[in-house]
Amino acid sequence: MSAPDDHPGMEIDLLKGSSRTLLNRVLLAQETWIAVAILVLGLVVSMIARKFATSGNLLNIFQNACFIGIMAIGMTPVIVSGGIDISVGSILGMCGVTLGIVLNADMPLVVGIAATLAMGVLCGAVNGAIISYVKLPPFIVTLATLSIGRSLALVLTNNQVFYEFGHATDAIVALGGGYTFGLPNVVYALIIGVIVLHFLLTMSRWGRYLFAIGGNEPAARLSGIPVDLIKISAYAFSGFMVAVTAIFLVGWLGAVTNAIGTGYELQVIASTVIGGASLTGGFGSALGAGIGAILVETIRNALLLAGVNPFWQGTFVGCFILAAVLLERIRSVRR
Amino acid sequence: MPVLARLEHIVKDFGAVRALDNVSLDINEGEVLGLMGDNGAGKSTLVKTIAGNFQPTSGTYVLEGKPVLLSGPADARRHGIEVVYQDLAICDNLTASANVFLGREIMRRLGPLKVLDHKSMNRRSAEIFRELKSETRPADLVVRMSGGQRQAVAIARTRLAKSKIVLMDEPTAAISVRQVAEVLALIRRMKEQGLSVILISHRMPDVFEVCDRVVVMRRGRKVADKPIAQSSPEEVTGLITGAIQTA
Repeated sequence: MSAPDDHPGMEIDLLKGSSRTLLNRVLLAQETWIAVAILVLGLVVSMIARKFATSGNLLNIFQNACFIGIMAIGMTPVIVSGGIDISVGSILGMCGVTLGIVLNADMPLVVGIAATLAMGVLCGAVNGAIISYVKLPPFIVTLATLSIGRSLALVLTNNQVFYEFGHATDAIVALGGGYTFGLPNVVYALIIGVIVLHFLLTMSRWGRYLFAIGGNEPAARLSGIPVDLIKISAYAFSGFMVAVTAIFLVGWLGAVTNAIGTGYELQVIASTVIGGASLTGGFGSALGAGIGAILVETIRNALLLAGVNPFWQGTFVGCFILAAVLLERIRSVRR
Repeated sequence: MPVLARLEHIVKDFGAVRALDNVSLDINEGEVLGLMGDNGAGKSTLVKTIAGNFQPTSGTYVLEGKPVLLSGPADARRHGIEVVYQDLAICDNLTASANVFLGREIMRRLGPLKVLDHKSMNRRSAEIFRELKSETRPADLVVRMSGGQRQAVAIARTRLAKSKIVLMDEPTAAISVRQVAEVLALIRRMKEQGLSVILISHRMPDVFEVCDRVVVMRRGRKVADKPIAQSSPEEVTGLITGAIQTA
């Protein structure tokens, strides 16, 4: 932050608007730096491992990144509002199991999708309601529901694996594992998710209120913003995006185990934070979440192809989280 | 000057503690009223009663000729009473314009949707900042602003609502000397537009520079209420500390 006595741009005409150029803004954006990091990482790895830069592998990275990316899209509003949802992996389990049970009972795909989306929204809304009305810290609440969700998935399935989806088998596999115009279907879901969330964050009242709550919650309350409802809706949105992920993931895998999504929360939160969302709330973008997911997946893939022992993956992802948070710190100084 | 609001024999008890003891006060249109007193003298209780946070234990609160019983700050706001809080209650991560319109955004139609009308809000904020003769630019993030500009943003919020009485809680407490001048200019600007401003401050020079009238509180009682021209910093200091009983 600049010194309080410093008046940057005080002499500039009121109507001229922002004094910063477009180039300046692009250079300051975390998304830009993440994109650069992906490119540099890609160039280095493609020199070590020939297989990296093949179209098959790049597509593979992109597809894997989409599952995490769609969940990161859901996580972004939660983090922008100053919260956190570490139960997303378990919600994914609940949604996957729901889809498995409904389709296994030979229901049409539409019913399965509707039930899965409803389950996601319900799980998220429960998180949000406890956080807003019982006034417990989001970290603790979602830690509890992480445990509860995984356990309920076991209870519901009785540890059974679903790989039979009745009449809907072909349809769900085609949806999750199929291609449209040469790209995996899930890629379109991510792109639509980025566009929709970008619109919501920049053009809607809902987005504006999320940023206000993340920036200064008491001030938001004083301004008459329905803080509790907005928070609940943020967690419900996260749950919805997890459900979307579940539908594609189940189709891609062709089976549902109750362990589906275990440990995903770390990658999802890492993607969101690397993409420029601030864990203290008030900052974050849709594009950042998507690009962050691609970086995380690129690191994983690159390490694998470079012949690094996969046990090191967590170390690298963790270092990138630290680097992203430091970058955010440096940026906010320059701001 | 016409009376906008009148407090008559207001008493406010918190359990056994009498925070306000038979306080009567006129708030006049287009007047800057300085409210002074030591910590615990009853200043904040008085302000919170005017702003609707507290209901008086006894006494009447007359607003534009009618007795009112404000149910809360939102009710007070509907009556044209706005508070600029000491901690400003603004969001650092939003633009000036977003803060001005927070909770009452201007929307426009986009096909079947209603979306934020950034252009209109920026234009209207720029107008308000120009009225306040502030250099604050609507599209700038508040986090990068000086204390004076942040005050302008908080004050601009009250202008949007066409308020009649603006209560300012220590607006010059946490900012540099140069910015104090800016804030005092903002207060004068509000007065010119016919607003009543109640300035709660510890800073004697600010009160004597900008206020028309000074009210001193001590131990829950109003011990002075006189035109600023007929008082002096020495007298007010004496009244605050109790060296002078009343004036």
